[in-house]
Order: sequence, then C-alpha cells, then structure tokens
Amino acid sequence: MRAALVIAGKDLRQRLRDRSALMLAVVLPLVLASIFGVIFHNAITGRVTFEFGLVDLDHGPAAQAFVTDALGPLERAGLIRLSRESTFAAGQSAANKDQVSATFVLPAGLSGAVARGQPASVRVLGSVDSTIGTQVAQSIARSYADRIETIRIAAAAGRNTSIDAAKAAALMPIVIADVSTRNRQLDSGTFFGAGMAVFFLFFTVQFGITSLFDERRDGTLQRMLAAPIRRGSILTGKLITSLVLGSASMAVLVIATRFLISAHWGNPLGVAVLIVAGVLASTAVMTLVATFASTTEQAQSWQAMVALVFGMLGGTFFPVAQAGGLIAALSLATPQAWFLRGLENLTGGAGAGAVAGPVAAMLAFAVVTGALALMRIGRLIAR
Amino acid sequence: MLECRDLHKRFGDLEAVRGVSFRIASGETYGLLGPNGAGKTTTISMACGLLEADRGEVLLGGRPLTTRSVAEKAVIGYVPQELAIYPDLSARENLRFFGRLYGLRSDVAEDRVGEVLRVIGLTDRADEQTKNYSGGMQRRLNIGIGLLHRPKLLILDEPTVGVDPQSRNAILESVERLSGEGMAVLYTTHYMEEAERLCDRIGIVDLGELKAEGTREELVSLVGEHDRIALEGVGDLRAAADASRALGPVLAASVQDGAIQLIVDHARSLLPELLGEVTDAGVAVHSVDVHEPDLEAVFLHLTGKALRD
Repeated sequence: MRAALVIAGKDLRQRLRDRSALMLAVVLPLVLASIFGVIFHNAITGRVTFEFGLVDLDHGPAAQAFVTDALGPLERAGLIRLSRESTFAAGQSAANKDQVSATFVLPAGLSGAVARGQPASVRVLGSVDSTIGTQVAQSIARSYADRIETIRIAAAAGRNTSIDAAKAAALMPIVIADVSTRNRQLDSGTFFGAGMAVFFLFFTVQFGITSLFDERRDGTLQRMLAAPIRRGSILTGKLITSLVLGSASMAVLVIATRFLISAHWGNPLGVAVLIVAGVLASTAVMTLVATFASTTEQAQSWQAMVALVFGMLGGTFFPVAQAGGLIAALSLATPQAWFLRGLENLTGGAGAGAVAGPVAAMLAFAVVTGALALMRIGRLIAR
Repeated sequence: MLECRDLHKRFGDLEAVRGVSFRIASGETYGLLGPNGAGKTTTISMACGLLEADRGEVLLGGRPLTTRSVAEKAVIGYVPQELAIYPDLSARENLRFFGRLYGLRSDVAEDRVGEVLRVIGLTDRADEQTKNYSGGMQRRLNIGIGLLHRPKLLILDEPTVGVDPQSRNAILESVERLSGEGMAVLYTTHYMEEAERLCDRIGIVDLGELKAEGTREELVSLVGEHDRIALEGVGDLRAAADASRALGPVLAASVQDGAIQLIVDHARSLLPELLGEVTDAGVAVHSVDVHEPDLEAVFLHLTGKALRD
C-alpha cells in the first residue's frame, strides 16, 4: 500500500501541474454549467411567462368566454401576460416586432357562428422568433376550438342546432394546472451544476488509469516494474489517483456552483455519499474501457465516447428521462442518471437516506464494471 | 551475484533468446556484446525480473528471481536503454520518487538524492523540470536513478546510445568507478570499444545465442590471430627485419611495400625493444602501425558478419 500511495502522490503532483487536467476537472464544467444555467433557466424551472397579444373583433359571449375561461386562469397563474390590441394590424405588428410571442385574433362573428353551430376560427399570429410561445398559443386556441366542436357535435346529435354561445364556451373550462415540478426536480443551477460535474467526472477519473499508457510509452512503467514493489501496487496507485481526482473535482464543483450559480445540492452527507458512489462507478467504467485500448490516444478517445454517450443518455445536458419510453429506461443504465436522481431525491430537505436507491445502483455499476476491469487489467502492465 | 541458466524466450515465431547462460561475480563488469536485435535487451529483461523466461532460471545471490519477486529486486539497479524519467518532474523529484519506490526512508532518500545529483552533475539544475534538460543531462539522470539505492548489481542496457562524446565518456568513467567499488555490473552494448574498455568478461551474443564468453584475451585467442606491426623508415630494412627476428615475441619478419612487416605477440609491450633493435640495425623509423586483433575480428570469426551489420 505504501508503494501505491507513493505512486498516487507522484501522479497527483503531475496532474496538478497539468493545467489541462484542472481545466477539464473544474473550470470547464463550471463554465458550461453557468452558461447552460443562464440559457435554460426558465425552461427548467417551469416559471415561463409568455407575452401574448389579443385582438377581440367579436366582442360577443364566445370571445368573452375565451378570454375569461381559457386565458384568464393562465394569466392569473402568471404563465401568460396579455396585451390587448384594437386592430388586426396592431396585433400582427406586435407579433412581427417580437413584442409578443403570439397574438390571438378573435374574428368578428365568432360568437354568432358558435351559436349557430357553424364553423368558427380563432387565429394565432406567431412571432418567428418565439416558436415555443407560438406553439403554446396554438395549443390554447386549439383546445378552445376542440371544446366548441365537441359541444357542436353533441348538440347536432340532439338535433339542437342552436347553442348558447356563452354556455358552450364556458362548459369544460380550460384548466391549466401548475405543472411545475420544482418540488421534485432540480432548479436550473443545481441541475446543470450537477449535470456538468458528473459528466466531466468521467473525463477526470480517466487521468489515473490512462496514465499507465504514458508510463509505458515513457519507459517509466518498466522502471516501476523493475522496482521491489508488487505489480498490484502500480494499479492500485493509479486507481487511487482516479478516485482522489474525481472526489476532489466534485467537491470543488459542489462548493463553486453553490456560490457561483446558486446550486442547491441538498443534504451534505447525502451529497457526499452520492459523490463517492459516482466516483467509484465512473472509475470502474473508465478503467474497464481503458483495458480494451493499447495507447493513450486510443484509451482517451474510447473513454470520451463512452463518457459522451453515457452523459447524454444519463441526462446531464437535459432531463432525457422526461422523454419517457425507451430513452427513459435506457438512461437508468448509466451512473449519471442515478447520480442526478439521487440529487432529485435530496431536494425539498430530504435526508441522506433518500439517496440509498441511487447509491446502490451506482455501487452495483462499480462492482460489475470493476470486476470486469480487474479481470482484464493485468494486460495494462504486461510488458 | 547473478547467474543466468539456460534462458529461453520466444515472442510468437521469433525465438529471441536461446539458451543463454552466464554468471557475474561481485565487483565484476560483464558485457553482453552484440548487434541490435541480438537478444541483449530480452536477456537482461529476464535478468532483472522484468520478463518471465520461457525456460531457464535467474538466480540472484543464489535465490530465484522472477517477475513477481519483490525483495530480490531491491539489490538491482536498472538503467533502461531508452530514457525512463518523468519530463514534467524535476531531477530531484524523479530521484525522490524512485528512491521511495525502492523503499528508502524519506530522510535517507533526501541524502542519497543530494549525493546522486552531485555524482551526475545536476545539483545546479536539480529543481528544474527535466523536459528542459539536454539529452546528455537526461541520460545522466537516467543512470543516476539506477544508482540511487546503492544496488549490488547494476544493469545498464546500452546507456550510451545517442549520447554526445563528452557525456559518453562521463558515463563510462562512472561505470568504471562503480565496478571498482565492488558493484557487479551487467552492461550491454554494440560498441566494441566500450566492451573492451569496461568489461572484465564479455559474452558475445548473436541471434539470441551466447556465441562465446571470456576475457578479451581469451576471446581474441579464439580467433588464433597475432598482433601485426608495420615499420616504415629509411635504411637497410631487410637487415633490420633479420635483426628483429632475434626477439622472442617476433614470430615472423619480412619487408613488403617499403616497410618491415612483423607478426608478434603482445605488440604494445614489445614495441620499445623492437624499435631499439631496428634503430641499432641502421634504420631511421618514421612511421609505426600496430594492428591488434580485436573483438570486431572475434565477432566476425564467430558469426561470419561484422558487429554493426
């Protein structure tokens, strides 16, 4: 063990001098987390407020019902903000100038058409620069139109072709519940801070085991093999290097993101346990990948591919699990997904026990991939 | 100190080492002389526990040495052919690291690091990253690491390859001094002059086989050649040749191409007496050419090819 610690100490000294390692382990994840946090802040928190224009050329009960029952609840919830325009041209201009995401146009005769059970339309004029806002506006209008259509068909079936427009529009009022999951999801700072930290963790830990290829190339591995130490000490030293680098970079990122991008990681003990499990899992996975390589360059490119695929699948850039289906299932095959899930479990003041499941999953990863790596690792120091 | 018995090593279809045996006593410098690809590096890799022999054994101080040996390796100092140092660490850090790896306590290691830095002449630049060193300085550090723990057996694999003449001479002087201090040295080279200068005994290796071994004189005697001397001068050359035949070590003397041609034993020691005899015979000598059979000739004799082919 003494020799392993001597080797790890030397490796860590080298890594500290290597500024690219510091960049990859700390600076890059921090910068990317900050950038992503700023860009996607609203989308992640669900606290989106869309600016919509409204042009009411009908002034009838159906238009009133649309404004009151369809748009009203959303406005009161703070999800939309309405600005009323008096003419079609004014509404169109507001959308074109990107002053609003979209403008609803309620045409003259809307209420009459609804009352007679005739086709009626609500126009949505979208801003080309706000595709999401336009889609939201279209969804609101479509929902309203579908509701009227449902009643029209029901009335036709009952041979009642005259429908009270106000009643028709008021039936089944649109209810937009606050779908924000901020009580179960990470806020943007924490999500991107944690996502980038665990994504780059897979790159950071590779410095340990992959340096064996450098040692071989530089002849220093031969020199170590000629020294009075067990061969296992060399491998242990490299693994210690990976574990220390991974843990240190994560610890620095937890603290840095707390102050720089207001990340809320949760219970410190739970976070610490998650980090240890994550570092073990990432080290085991990257070591296994390295055992298939022959050179530093080969190992690094294969490890980068695995880190990238696992990172994307594990939801470190965006919450892919919300896509559901196969992607959601596949994401659980990555330690990154379990790490983020563990952090989600810690939100809302949960104790360290909340991470038991994700930690167990990551440790299972570490055990399985670590065992496979151990079966093959001897070839890394074979002469 | 070291005994290699019937070592064999095969890499795929290539039989790199075929039944090599030799032994080295304490204080002795043993050279493995052979061209590139002769199997020298493979042999010493087995001799220092880096490589497992397919057959045969290595005994160090009478105890078997394998790749898994730990305590036995502590008495070996290994200097690989290629540079084996960390370019992003200083000379002091390189030495300190390998010193700790060889089990030196930190206070002992610090003392030894200082001593070795003085020996290899790097004290002034000890704290500079070695990537900034010249090739010669890196070579000296490469050797210094092998000396750090005061090994009883020093194994050097072609340590002067690619080294400037000044550094090369410094390396050879160091090896001579260490041998004089009682260290056993196993030295591989394809430079005949180095083997002749340093080694008490020499093993000639080619195609994985030890073709012959012995002292320089023993090896030369295998060739059956004698020293040759050519004397050019003015006077009665034929009379001088006849007179020189009276000297015991002179086996033959004749006049050819305007010079006295002699076949002798021990040309260098004979030369003063020979010159006196020729001068007394009335010849004013203005050119002396001594040709002694060397290891190059031995190698040619044993393998049918030149050492640098």
